[in-house]
Amino acid sequence: MPEKQNLMKLPKRKFKVMNLVWAIIMIAGLFISINVTNTHISVLFKNWDQFADIFVQISHPDWSYLSVIWPKLIETIKMAVLGTVIGSVVAFIYSLSIARNIVKNKAVTGVLRFIMNIIRTIPDLLLGAVFVAIVGIGPVAGVVALAVVTFGIVVKLFYESIETIDPGPIEALTAVGANKLQIIHHAVMPQIMTYFISYVLYAFEINVRASTVLGYIGAGGIGLNLQQTLQVFNYAQTGTIIIVIIVVVVLIDYVSSKSREALMK
Amino acid sequence: MDTTMKKLPAKPVDRKKQIIHWLIAILTIALIVWSFTDIDFGDIKATAGQIAGAIFAGIFHPDWKYVYNGSGEDLISQLWQTICIAFLGTFISAIISLPFAFWAAHTKHKHWYTSRTGKIVLAIIRSFPEIVLALMFIKAVGPGSAAGVLALGFHSVGMLAKLFSEEIENLEDGPNEAVVAAGGSKFHGIMFSTMPNLMPALISNTLYRFDISIRSASILGLVGAGGIGYPLIIALQYRQWDRVGIILLGIIIMVVIIDWISGWIRKKLV
Amino acid sequence: MADKPMIQLKDVSKVYDNGTVGLKDIKLTINKGEFVVVVGLSGAGKSTLLRSINRLHNITSGDILIDGKSITKAKGKNLRNLRRDIGMIFQNFNLVKRSSVLRNVLVGRVAYYPTWKTTFNLFSKEDKQKAYEALQKVDLADKVYARADELSGGQQQRVAIARVLMQDPKIILADEPTASLDPQTSIKVMDDLKMLNEKYGMTVLANLHSVELARKFGQRVIGIRAGQVVYDGKMEDTPESVFTDIYNGGDGNKEAK
Repeated sequence: MPEKQNLMKLPKRKFKVMNLVWAIIMIAGLFISINVTNTHISVLFKNWDQFADIFVQISHPDWSYLSVIWPKLIETIKMAVLGTVIGSVVAFIYSLSIARNIVKNKAVTGVLRFIMNIIRTIPDLLLGAVFVAIVGIGPVAGVVALAVVTFGIVVKLFYESIETIDPGPIEALTAVGANKLQIIHHAVMPQIMTYFISYVLYAFEINVRASTVLGYIGAGGIGLNLQQTLQVFNYAQTGTIIIVIIVVVVLIDYVSSKSREALMK
Repeated sequence: MDTTMKKLPAKPVDRKKQIIHWLIAILTIALIVWSFTDIDFGDIKATAGQIAGAIFAGIFHPDWKYVYNGSGEDLISQLWQTICIAFLGTFISAIISLPFAFWAAHTKHKHWYTSRTGKIVLAIIRSFPEIVLALMFIKAVGPGSAAGVLALGFHSVGMLAKLFSEEIENLEDGPNEAVVAAGGSKFHGIMFSTMPNLMPALISNTLYRFDISIRSASILGLVGAGGIGYPLIIALQYRQWDRVGIILLGIIIMVVIIDWISGWIRKKLV
Repeated sequence: MADKPMIQLKDVSKVYDNGTVGLKDIKLTINKGEFVVVVGLSGAGKSTLLRSINRLHNITSGDILIDGKSITKAKGKNLRNLRRDIGMIFQNFNLVKRSSVLRNVLVGRVAYYPTWKTTFNLFSKEDKQKAYEALQKVDLADKVYARADELSGGQQQRVAIARVLMQDPKIILADEPTASLDPQTSIKVMDDLKMLNEKYGMTVLANLHSVELARKFGQRVIGIRAGQVVYDGKMEDTPESVFTDIYNGGDGNKEAK
């Protein structure tokens, strides 16, 4: 190749310390967690046949068991609906009172947000276990747990979208002398209702999933059957329950996500 | 000036839309009313207030001897174990998720049914109850955190691979085309264009999943698969309300710290 | 220069899955070392034509020969080797934005390596040096370790040209190389293409919608309308009316003859 230009040699790349640090953190994390949890590949294969055996039994479901779990399935759905409704109603009011473009007092919103963030950290099933201890075994504990879960999900999403609404209409209404409730009704609500409904549906999807296992710890619903069949090693019946759960969850997920898409159009 | 102003015309209505809206409203209300039947809210234990108070008292008057005593059964050790379960479980699931994500992403296949089956498989994995999976693994590897790691590792694939595949679908095709035009194979395309472009999204989604895994890992102990859930369920059974309180406080602090760290890393990534 | 055919299109037709006709009975021969500009309205089939030549699009009927070898019938490794000889420049540059400039340029070399080597980023020292030299040719040596998305549009397009240089191609296909750039940067990019054409004897086939650039750089003009070649002639023999006609939907042929 005829080349007149004086071509330079490729310089060395600058070494990035941070990349090495991250790599070390990751590898150390892996080794430590393998040690602490005592997870080794050999462990997985030791009793692999046991695992496979359960799996085979689960995939041969006992359809006659359907009639037994039917009422519990209904109870599960009722729990999910109630938990969602109760949680959403509380969340609606709460969100309005922590949105900084509605409530100007930073101390109030700050404290309320802190409480909300704390509530959000506790996983659903633990809430269920605690509420079973407090209110007693049965679906009420489940409903309360789900309501708290719903509250956490909806408030977080909802107050953020309230804060991003167009401030123009609020100013316009303030300018014509409207009071707080009038402003909320005429300037805020029309902008946020579709979001609210969409978040409630999203929370409902999560609640349906959660409600199916709450019964395992005594908080009502189909999870109770799950616990009973597993206790007596009747995996064929467990299989029936799992299939029912999967069908219900996928179905409700599908309907709900389609409705959310339609809403947001 | 012309004083004969026109009268306000009637509001234009779309009958069909109106009827649909009313139907949806009525159905929703009916569903809610129906849900209230058969669930007896009067059935609450009389001691409810008392127990709740005791748990709260435990949060504010922690049993410090339980927090750390070096026995390995204390709060800090159990929380640490929970974090390790979540870390390893998330790591395993991130690796398993990659091939699943390419399977489920519709931009990578000629036939629509290939990605559709992938998506269905992921939906089934997502819906398979985590605690049942944990119980199955307990049968295979015995009770303890290893079962928790494996259950978490497999269960998370359902959600993580779904998120990954959506990220793959959002990638523009251009850079990939450039690799193919230069004579690269499909695999070259993945190595040189898809993966580098995907990396930040993969890390960010995995971190997000780690937040959720922390919560899951604290549940798995309820069925004996290691972590903080086990001492909690024991404390509940033995009515040690103050201990329930301190464990809840521990979980809250752990989750807040992990959320904060992973949020900080994710912010730095952008 | 000996008129050695480099690209031959034999009755090439392309019908999209939805029934749209992309190309219709195209017969075309492009010789080694030519600088050809393809003009036409958007949607006329310019892009389809270019993408058929390196088979980013499959054609419905006909045959395309690259330096005498059919790319239409090639499969797997053979197809990739043929593509290796054809560099392509895109309107949107198509760089891997989060990778370094160096790695982007090395992509031009992948077809020279077995897959496992590229997987572990085992490019030879010579090739890395070659990539650096390619960057110097387009005046971007100082950006070698920068991330591609830190560069301006014009710089990104020149990285893309360096990537093509790495392929040692016989042919360069440029699909609207200047459409995302401002006028001055456009001229710089076109100059680089001209350099490749004159210095290394690479055959260049470029889609352009700027008549000005087409006039300045093209040696031969091909007009496309509704998937058919409606004009083909040397630039110096091409009157202005041909361009106006093509862009107004008329038939360039009538004027030329």
